[in-house]
Amino acid sequence: MKIKIRFWTSLILSLPILVEMIIHPFTGWMLPGGEWTMLISTTIIMLISAGPFVSSAWSAFKKHHSNMDTLVALGTAITYIYSIYAMFTGKPVFFESAALVITFVLLGQVLEEKMRSTASDAMGKLLNLGAKNALVKKGDHFVSTPITQVVKGDLIQVMPGQKVPVDGKIVSGNSSVDESMVTGESMPVKKISGDQVIGATINQTGSFVMEARKVGNDTMLAQIVDIVKKAQNSHAPIQKLTDKVANIFVPTVLIIAILTFLVWYIFLGKSIATALVFAVAVMVIACPCALGLATPTALMVGTGRGAKMGILIKNGEILEDANNIDTIVFDKTGTITKGKPQVTDIVGDRKIVLQLAATLEQFSEHPLAPAVLTAAKKEKLDLLQVEDFKVIEGHGVSGLINGKKVLVGSLQNWDAVLISPEFKSKVAALTNAAKTVVAVVVNNKVMGLIAIQDAPKENARKAISDLHQLGLRTVMLTGDNQQVAEAIAKQVGIEQIIAEVLPIDKADTIKKLQKKYHVAFVGDGINDAPALTQADVGIAMGSGTDVAKDAGGIVLIKNDLEDVVRALKLSRKTFNRIKLNLFWAFIYNVLGIPVAAGLFAGVGLTLSPEIAGLAMAFSSLSVVISSVLLGKAKI
Amino acid sequence: MNRIIILCLGLALIAFIAWWFFGKHQVETENASVSSNNQSVDIEVKGGYSPEKVILKRGVPATLNFKRTDSSSCLDHVIFSDFGINQKLPQGKTEPIKIDTSKAGEYEWACSMNMFHGKVIVK
Repeated sequence: MKIKIRFWTSLILSLPILVEMIIHPFTGWMLPGGEWTMLISTTIIMLISAGPFVSSAWSAFKKHHSNMDTLVALGTAITYIYSIYAMFTGKPVFFESAALVITFVLLGQVLEEKMRSTASDAMGKLLNLGAKNALVKKGDHFVSTPITQVVKGDLIQVMPGQKVPVDGKIVSGNSSVDESMVTGESMPVKKISGDQVIGATINQTGSFVMEARKVGNDTMLAQIVDIVKKAQNSHAPIQKLTDKVANIFVPTVLIIAILTFLVWYIFLGKSIATALVFAVAVMVIACPCALGLATPTALMVGTGRGAKMGILIKNGEILEDANNIDTIVFDKTGTITKGKPQVTDIVGDRKIVLQLAATLEQFSEHPLAPAVLTAAKKEKLDLLQVEDFKVIEGHGVSGLINGKKVLVGSLQNWDAVLISPEFKSKVAALTNAAKTVVAVVVNNKVMGLIAIQDAPKENARKAISDLHQLGLRTVMLTGDNQQVAEAIAKQVGIEQIIAEVLPIDKADTIKKLQKKYHVAFVGDGINDAPALTQADVGIAMGSGTDVAKDAGGIVLIKNDLEDVVRALKLSRKTFNRIKLNLFWAFIYNVLGIPVAAGLFAGVGLTLSPEIAGLAMAFSSLSVVISSVLLGKAKI
Repeated sequence: MNRIIILCLGLALIAFIAWWFFGKHQVETENASVSSNNQSVDIEVKGGYSPEKVILKRGVPATLNFKRTDSSSCLDHVIFSDFGINQKLPQGKTEPIKIDTSKAGEYEWACSMNMFHGKVIVK
């Protein structure tokens, strides 16, 4: 039986009873047929609307389990059966209690179901983002093909206004693409040949041909959906207490109800009817659902909201940890700075210095290498032959060029290298200007210097000051020397710097900080994986379309520092909402049960079972509404 | 006299509730039936899950067939938080759920309100 049919049946049949209850004291109007009409309506309600509660409660009981249905079924069944007995022995009846409790509980459930689907809405929207068809090149023509048949390497045409079907790279044409649905970036992004495009984003102005790189479950959208799904259904440590309470909740309430009955009937000498009403009110007001819904609904809305903004919070534990953070450590390159360093000065013979450096750097994966290569390309320099190429971790690269031993790298720890006083003063001057100096050493003698600078991102200063406003300490971690680090830190307003840290020591540095602080680390999802994993909260910043590979509990899809602030604000908001929900759910039960038991009857405060039923229905509903409202909160 | 009988009945009922719900009771357990390259278990959802404990073989693709015959809204979703699965269980319909058995371990499932639980053990 559908819950809606059950609800409407009980509502229609209990309305006349409700009307009588309200207007009888004023007009003396009685239900036609009196108690018999009540008996018949309530019997139908019990069979159609309450029946499923009873059968669910019974099957749970057989497995030594209990739930909300146990309370509702028992509470209403007791009232109903007692009322039949009372009717035939000429005592006052309580049919209206049974009928109305069922109606109110079902009303609560109908509304709650609606709200719960609103709460999980973000997910459905994400899943439906993908395109259904793609124009795939077959022979000389582009043919409309179902998305499931697109394979890696296919050439796909994307027309203006169409969705990009899969992840890939533009091979011809250009356009601007609206990526807001995946990255949260509100401005359209210009795309030219060679640029990456993401599936499910919308092509706006031009048309282009792309090569499919990732299809099916490998696309960025599929990965995001997977992460969000896991996050939405994860647990937060704060739930542990509720889980413990939930396990013993219903049996405990049953015991309290029996005690309530015994106290009223035996020790206070009231009638069986009065004692029963109190006991039933206890059963009906108790609401394990509010406790059970408090955390998952807020988690669902919070993580879903994050996904819309391009912020993926991987699970409830991370969310809770993010709330305890007091220190936030940034990797410098690519996080605080643009990550695209450029050659600004060359000391020595411009052509030779650059040529030697570029020749070695072409094999290096060092972040400064592209800057040198780009500069060499600009000057149209040819690269030379290299033998015996070696990477000296954290220091530079070396190799044999034309029989000469050439070293390219930073000057620290190279005590054995010869350097002229002129070069030495240049190094100091450049370093003071926050530039990284790379030395080109030939046969152990410094031949030239290349100065490279990586400027901070435009919004870095604003993001850092926002973090300070949230009460966080900011630290910058970098492999660069103290001077460069200081200059950058000053520009963006970072408080503390830890410079000259080798990549392999980043995680250890975080570990040391953790002895005193709760540390979040913001860095590149792939290269900084160990540090991201070590930190209490690892925040990985946009490192491409492979979001699933990113280490760290929070993944920011855009390369935007302000998202760090938003992610932390969202975590705090969500966690506070969970706490509020839990507090409300606990306090409701802690206050509601004694009142229903008649503890305050002395001061005239009692609850009839139908009011208890109404309160119960709205307590769980209010928790869900509170979570849904989180989706509208200002971040 | 009546009151004393009712008092005794009430206390007996409390003792029974405590024993029935808090005492240790055997959990219904089922081993998956393994055919050539698949293993599956049918799980009835009615006032909880039967079986409540499912033992699967590691490395063999597994399907749990959930069928909800209970109309309680408590049980209308089944959640495997380890796998990110949140599956709606329409009443009376069998919903197959694929379980990743590549790693041995214990994975809990629960209803959407975390009141009813079950467990998959991959060995």
